[in-house]
Amino acid sequence: MTTTTAPAATTAAGKPLPRQPWNRHLLAIAVLTVLLIPLPLILPPAQASVAVRVLIFALMSIGWNMMSGFGGMFSFGHAAYFGIGAYAGGFLLVEHNVSPWIGMLVGMVIAAAFATLIGFLALRYKLRGAYFALATFAFAEMLRLWATNSEFVNRAVGYHVPLRPESSWWWMQFEPASANYFWIALGLTVIALVVSVQFVRSRAGQFTKAARDDEDAAAAVGIPVMRYKLLTMALSAAITAVAGAFYVQYFLFIDPDLAFGSSVSIQAILPAVIGGVATIWGPVIGAVVMGPLNDVTATILRNPPPALEFLQGRGGLDVIVYGALLIIIVLLLPQGIYGALRKRWSRR
Amino acid sequence: MTSTPDQDHVAAGNGGGVATLDPDELPTAATRTVPWLRIGVIAALIVVAIVLAYVRAGSGVVVVQAVTTGILIGGIYGLVAMGLTLIFGVLDIVNFAHGSFLALALFLTFGLTQAGLHVYLALAVSVPAMFLLGVLVQRGILAGAMGKPLENQLLITLGISLIIENALLLFFGANPRSVALSGDRGVPIFEAVANLSRILAFVGALLLAGLLYLLLQRTRLGTAIRAVAANDTGAQLVGIDTRVIYAVTFALGTACAGAAGTLVAPLVTIEPTTGSLFNIVAFVVVVLGGMGNVVGALVGGLIIGLAEQLGGIYLPGQSPLLSVFIVFVLVLFLRPQGLFRRSA
Repeated sequence: MTTTTAPAATTAAGKPLPRQPWNRHLLAIAVLTVLLIPLPLILPPAQASVAVRVLIFALMSIGWNMMSGFGGMFSFGHAAYFGIGAYAGGFLLVEHNVSPWIGMLVGMVIAAAFATLIGFLALRYKLRGAYFALATFAFAEMLRLWATNSEFVNRAVGYHVPLRPESSWWWMQFEPASANYFWIALGLTVIALVVSVQFVRSRAGQFTKAARDDEDAAAAVGIPVMRYKLLTMALSAAITAVAGAFYVQYFLFIDPDLAFGSSVSIQAILPAVIGGVATIWGPVIGAVVMGPLNDVTATILRNPPPALEFLQGRGGLDVIVYGALLIIIVLLLPQGIYGALRKRWSRR
Repeated sequence: MTSTPDQDHVAAGNGGGVATLDPDELPTAATRTVPWLRIGVIAALIVVAIVLAYVRAGSGVVVVQAVTTGILIGGIYGLVAMGLTLIFGVLDIVNFAHGSFLALALFLTFGLTQAGLHVYLALAVSVPAMFLLGVLVQRGILAGAMGKPLENQLLITLGISLIIENALLLFFGANPRSVALSGDRGVPIFEAVANLSRILAFVGALLLAGLLYLLLQRTRLGTAIRAVAANDTGAQLVGIDTRVIYAVTFALGTACAGAAGTLVAPLVTIEPTTGSLFNIVAFVVVVLGGMGNVVGALVGGLIIGLAEQLGGIYLPGQSPLLSVFIVFVLVLFLRPQGLFRRSA
């Protein structure tokens, strides 16, 4: 897998392969991590919680981007994996007193298995395009409806994480404004980013991209397309499940709509689309744009300008802005913010 | 025309219910004959489903009530889905904003009835208003993304639905509202009881669906729409302005959602999220009927209406929507081209 650095690697035509800056990506991740570590100590608590939300968005969307961006399989149901992660953590903690770290791992495994199952069915029956998206959507909705009406997972009530008297890393619980939450989210996001860089540069990632660009050609040169697509989906689901498991520990609460609702699937899609689909940094940049919007609009609505007095205390403005942003990006910057910037740099 | 006997032969050879579920049996030539065999099999399946529900419930009244309610609401689903499938057939757009147009019509109807207008007279306002909005949205936003990958259009319509739904939330708040039909009462049908408003909505939906069908089949505009659906380059070559057709088709689709919104206004609680429920069901119906198949959408609507109500009997305690999704997933996997072939 050293094609990126070995100068001997050439295509059949004798031209050298384009050098991919993978190590530069890893370096950038390392530098950014070091720079971000002191952030919660500097920011006031309200802004620190926005920073944590940005990281949750990024984590969800890094997962989505792996399957739908690099894998080319448009998922409209990542709420299924987010919710499985959230519910696995919540269920094991509340019902069986299991550490959320273990719940997170269990959630990842279940989400990956569920994604493999859906993926197998969808690929076996050759669902593509709109049909594939609608199938993923249907599975997420089925989980939501099942969770809402099943005693097994507390019906519509969901789970409240029991509060503990003292802070504990093992139980992932600290005083409300603790910087530890940010550091955990940062650590998880960095791991997800490194995994996605390593995945894309690996043989499996290259095969997956080849299958995305031309499935028949990829199969014709002997790539087991099904296996690599399923692997991509499983990895993607596991990453989004981590976001769900962390979400429960941070907000101390989960219910079927927060876990499996279609707005969750949309939240997994938006950062990647805004930042740049099928790029390493797209989901992160999109999350940085999206995360604070909620607070900005809430502030505006709390003290609206005189002309908008009647809107005081209402919700919905943040989602309107997301929607408008989504339309503008898709129409004007189809490669997202990062994609457009990269294009400009490389032209120079 | 030559392929029809062949295909019927194949289907008959496989025998009974299995034939309709065979994914390899894709029709290759567009034919105009009515697929009697398929209709027979579907009807047989529905009868079996009703009998099973009777066994499960152990009471005739419950089943008759479920079937009546299912068919009545199914007509509405059919009307909503006709608009959606028309848009898919002609513009190749998976329209996630369809339900939010319906929600918009609901609130418009609410506003008009508050102003003293009769619910059904509000149709005269909501249908043209939604048509106009459809033209504006298509020309203003979607026209820029025609011919782009499917995901782009999907994301744009998703953005439109987010904007409409949350604008309704912003301006009207989350409090549920309702529209009362003066003189609404229970009407006995066999052993069941149905509200007059529900029956009127069903009849209205069927009438409008029939009008839409006539428009598509009998007018120059309808012929042009079908031509663009079949082959847009070819349609352009014979002098059809595809840009106009795209706008008109999208507007017809949203007008369907608008009409459905007004018709169901007395039946549902009016909230910004009411539309998304109809949107979900309409997707199921569209896939069931075959994407782009207008008649299939109406039949699919009736089937899904039944499935929803009978599912409530099979899976007591679960949401009726769950059975709709189970039917959906089965159809997606086993018969993704829909129960009927595509013929916009």
